[in-house]
Amino acid sequence: MCSRRLRPPLAAVLVVLAGAGCGGAQDSSAGSGGGGGEAESQLALVAYSTPEVVYEEIIPAFDRIRAGSGVGFKTSFGASGDQSRAVEAGLQADVVSFSIEPDMTRLVATGLVAPDWDRTPTKGVVTTSVVSFIVREGNPKQIRTWADLLRPGVEVLTPNPFSSGAAKWNLLAAYGQASRAGQDPKAGLDYVRELLTEHVRVQDKSGREALQNFISGNGDVLLSYEYEATTAQRKGQDVEYVVPDDTIRIEIDIATTRGAPPAARTFVDYVLSEAGQERFAGWGYRPVNERVLAAHRSKFPEPSGLFEIEDLGGWEKVNEELFDPEHGSIARIEEQAGVSTAR
Amino acid sequence: MSVPAAPLPAPSAGWSSRLPRGTLGLGVSTLWLSLIVLLPLAAVVARSGEGGLDAFWSAASSRQAVAALRFTLLVSLAVAAVNAVAGTLVAWVLVRDAFPGKRILNALIDLPFALPTIVAGLTLLALYGRNSPVGIDVSFTQTAVALALLFVTLPFVIRAVQPVLIELDREMEEAAVSLGAGPARVFTRIVLPNLLPAILAGGALAFARAVGEFGSVVLISGNIPFDTQVASVYIFKQIESDNPVGAAAVSVVLLALSLLVLVAIRALGRRGARTQRRAA
Amino acid sequence: MTVARPWRLGLRALALGYLGALLLVPVGLVFYRTFEGGLGEVWASVTTPAAVSAFWLTVTVAAIAVPLNTVLGVVCALALVRGRSRGRALLDLVIDLPFAVSPIVIGLSLILVFGAGGWIELPFQVIFSTPGIVLATTFVSLPFVVREVVPVLREVGEEQEQAAATLGASRWQAFWRITLPSIRFGIVYGTILSVARAIGEFGAVSVVSGRISGETETLTLLVEKRFNNFDLAGAYAASTVLALIAVATLLALTLVKPRQETSS
Repeated sequence: MCSRRLRPPLAAVLVVLAGAGCGGAQDSSAGSGGGGGEAESQLALVAYSTPEVVYEEIIPAFDRIRAGSGVGFKTSFGASGDQSRAVEAGLQADVVSFSIEPDMTRLVATGLVAPDWDRTPTKGVVTTSVVSFIVREGNPKQIRTWADLLRPGVEVLTPNPFSSGAAKWNLLAAYGQASRAGQDPKAGLDYVRELLTEHVRVQDKSGREALQNFISGNGDVLLSYEYEATTAQRKGQDVEYVVPDDTIRIEIDIATTRGAPPAARTFVDYVLSEAGQERFAGWGYRPVNERVLAAHRSKFPEPSGLFEIEDLGGWEKVNEELFDPEHGSIARIEEQAGVSTAR
Repeated sequence: MSVPAAPLPAPSAGWSSRLPRGTLGLGVSTLWLSLIVLLPLAAVVARSGEGGLDAFWSAASSRQAVAALRFTLLVSLAVAAVNAVAGTLVAWVLVRDAFPGKRILNALIDLPFALPTIVAGLTLLALYGRNSPVGIDVSFTQTAVALALLFVTLPFVIRAVQPVLIELDREMEEAAVSLGAGPARVFTRIVLPNLLPAILAGGALAFARAVGEFGSVVLISGNIPFDTQVASVYIFKQIESDNPVGAAAVSVVLLALSLLVLVAIRALGRRGARTQRRAA
Repeated sequence: MTVARPWRLGLRALALGYLGALLLVPVGLVFYRTFEGGLGEVWASVTTPAAVSAFWLTVTVAAIAVPLNTVLGVVCALALVRGRSRGRALLDLVIDLPFAVSPIVIGLSLILVFGAGGWIELPFQVIFSTPGIVLATTFVSLPFVVREVVPVLREVGEEQEQAAATLGASRWQAFWRITLPSIRFGIVYGTILSVARAIGEFGAVSVVSGRISGETETLTLLVEKRFNNFDLAGAYAASTVLALIAVATLLALTLVKPRQETSS
């Protein structure tokens, strides 16, 4: 049935397919590691999406040191909550890293991570960051403080906290600064209500999508993590950021799972070592290693009003009172905001 | 060529010939569908019931859920209807007309499917959003949702109608023309009834796809609750907020409502077929 | 029916206008954005190890899911149109269901059924591995061949098969020699749609794949990853590969009888 007319186009298709099958020029995947031969041990790293660029540097560097040679890596990066749920559902993982603590405690509850995972010198934290304002070049609207966000006509972008767990940090910062680190909950909620109702119109489903939205011209200011801005800048995006005086300390955690090979612990130690922390600092993640942080102090000024999730009562309290999808205050604000805009 | 004398073929031996025709096919199909489709869907239904009837009802009847469900169903119906008409038109032009570049155009029709939904969303946002080069800004409106859905359901009706049009027997049309019927009459009285099953099949598929669509809508719609938030985004939010039972409940309701619409479309098709047979 | 010229031009203009705004311009923009940086960059972008493994994974999964759905789709279609047994109506209704389910929910339901501790325990790993991706892809591309073939089957009717039967042909011969060729275009277009849908699926696959770089990352997942890593050019390049696969499939399948669709 193969007519003459069929052969040349078919051949072209086959050539294209064959060409695509040939080896590649550059290596842009974090999945490589440990020479070309059989690795002595395999580590499965399951992490949330943004630090992929950092691990792309750390893993080859780990491979070069003696303790790390012969260790092969399987990496998986995705949204923090999705990755945590995937590990819970059976995704093999030896080292896990998430952007909010509940994603780690979920695994503790199912026995996949030991309960003493945060009993380490850094309390289980691998890097930190702060919630900051990403603004247009030159900051035309002069947005520097949280009060500036509530000025009339200012459009704020922030992802929806219910579709992006990691976006909760943004609203926690807004709530925390208005409530003076949790001491005046009513003031905190009033601020968040005004912010969400009057100034946030669009709620993207994730931080990166919100950043993309902002870059395409929507909004005057984007609430995001400091390292989102620095990573974007390093990747050639035109963004400027301001760290407000009052803001929350974002804590990124890391742990090895139960039953992980000893190489997992070695790897985590390397990530927490000066060499590993230097890599994080390069991309704008605040290191937890004191010496590295001090060396980059100019890049990471400490905000005068920095507070922590502990000041707000910890994640469990915050998730129940603020972010419960049915009874939480933020959920109720979302419902009420709908009344005014519903058709 | 000699013709054998036997009037009817001898029935093939075996149990399959004693059952109503097509039972084996039906059995195989059912098994296939059960494994791939029904079992996972049953799991969703089971999950939705885990919290009891109360939890199911409160999840499914929450104001945001209802608003999202209503918006989703209405916009999907509208999109299916538009694409049914436009798709038939396009299929007609692609099969019956001839112009340079037609083959290439035909090859591009399936691209809305093949492109990942993120890219579809990004592209539509770039074209019809804030920085639109043609000056149309529908970003974060309900129109944007419709636009995204029109894009991803474009191929359905076109591809459903094309094969039928190709196989269509022209004699009736030519007879009608020779009897003096104008092109509109020929189309509505002769061609359309034959295309109707395909149009409805494609339209039903388009509706069903629009109802479940997520990725291409999410960027351009802004997901504003009570406004441009579609059901799949609401369900996604429930999953991400650790409320899988609520997510399953709303999914089940969405499925049930879609099923109703599909039944209605089928009924429409049967009525159309009956009128056609009566007219013949 | 030869349509009068003004009608023909008017219809053509309408159709092309619709397609232009909704299809050509967006797709054109994707291609433009892809090749903005030059051909060399695009080639480098689609030949990285991650991209190559994603390509082969996508093609492999489609190569399993689509033929399965095609063969069983034809069986289903025959049962629906030609069969006489009860239960046809139910089958008819169930076939469209896969779509109305949000892709994320599809993925989660597959985990519920085939995952660790799920309803069905298989000796090999299903979820977070290639079989899971195949299942998810099969689910979402299931209805196409059936839905394309059923209207064509109804249109061509049974007369020819019945004539063949009176001439002594067996059921199998009648099917192979008469039925199959008559529904050929339904199968072709159904398969084309299936392939496009299978390679472009994102939501369900993102849940069941585990996104293991170099192993369970399909092209669509790669696009998302690149988008997340500010590699827009790379994301568009991978999307173009997907578009090319779809176009290649269509060309391969419709080149068998190139003049058929242009009947006038």
